[in-house]
Amino acid sequence: MPSLKDLKNRIQSVKNTRKITKAMQMVAAAKLRRAQEAAEAARPYAERMTAVMGALASGAANSAGAPRLLAGTGADKVHLLVIMTSERGLCGGFNTTIVRLARAKIAELLAAGKTVKILTVGKKGREQLRRDYGQYFVGHVDLSDVKRMGYSNAQGIAREILSRFDGGEFDVATLFYNRFQSVISQIPTAKQVIPATFEDAGSASALYDYEPSEEGILADLLPRGVATQVFTALLENGASEQGARMSAMDNATRNAGDMINKLTIRYNRSRQAAITKELIEIISGAEAL
Amino acid sequence: MAGTMQFDLVSPERKLASAAATEVMIPGAEGDMTAMEGHSPTITTLRPGVLRAVTTEGVKSYVVTGGFAEISATGVTVLAERAIPVEEATGTVLDDILAEARSLAAAALPEDKNAAEKAVNDVMALRDAVLAHH
Repeated sequence: MPSLKDLKNRIQSVKNTRKITKAMQMVAAAKLRRAQEAAEAARPYAERMTAVMGALASGAANSAGAPRLLAGTGADKVHLLVIMTSERGLCGGFNTTIVRLARAKIAELLAAGKTVKILTVGKKGREQLRRDYGQYFVGHVDLSDVKRMGYSNAQGIAREILSRFDGGEFDVATLFYNRFQSVISQIPTAKQVIPATFEDAGSASALYDYEPSEEGILADLLPRGVATQVFTALLENGASEQGARMSAMDNATRNAGDMINKLTIRYNRSRQAAITKELIEIISGAEAL
Repeated sequence: MAGTMQFDLVSPERKLASAAATEVMIPGAEGDMTAMEGHSPTITTLRPGVLRAVTTEGVKSYVVTGGFAEISATGVTVLAERAIPVEEATGTVLDDILAEARSLAAAALPEDKNAAEKAVNDVMALRDAVLAHH
């Protein structure tokens, strides 16, 4: 049975924790809004880019001499997995869900006899994967100093991916990140970026004049398309992280509140028990006289 | 007075401009072109240069690098990897862009060497033009 003083200290400590989680929740809410705005602002560019590339790609994909970024290397042997996670913890299952999806994919690829290479972005996922798949790591991108995710960050990552591709290090590249749906729901997503895939190929390609040539534009756009997709993934991930943190901290705040109530009841009970005990001692002492 | 068309300038991070314009001068990869209402549909890549738009709110110029422009009879959409209003493009900003283009050229594969070096030259021309403008 803890003493009254112990209980009091305990209550105070839980109250302090609650203040911190509450503050973190509010900070995450503010950051989430900014992250969502950034994702919103980036959407027109990504959409136009995909539309134009899709239209061009549908024309070029079947012709011989299509760019390697679109047609692939012709092999399907070495897979590069770009796993994007957060730099900080305390965001609920955010990183775990991405890592779980990545693990499943890695196991599947290894079982199929493929070679796996892992490029990690954000240190949390790296920590989780190191024990089982550390031998497949080929690189890491550290974004811990980045305050605001900019396009230049995405370009840096894209350049790293592309230079490895040009060096013939892999055949297929896939991005792993969390797609933001709502504060309580983020969907772990795997998106193949090399060779490039387009969901709906438009038929607009015949309507346009191209300068320089159709192939020239496509060759110029494909590397930019990779950067754009990386950027979209980074922004989605950023918003997801803040959303996940916000709901995790909301839960933590509520749990702390419940705990404080329980501890307060226990504290009051113990206090009353102590008073009753003292009264009984006084009364029985007086009766003995 | 020519009719107007919708002019949009977007960079990956935000939408920079959206206005009705009468003419837009685009630094295309194979030379400058001016798009006006009724232009035949064209897609062109950009070289580093100055994009000039005559809008209903006045003439606006932007320094753009990389990307492409989509021209149709009723509008122009420019997707630039980087777009800066010309007033904000100071010497240091341009030097950064130039340094970046140079480092890319140095790292480029042999077959991309020519394109990368052309980009450096384009940036240098752009820099001189903008600094003269200031």
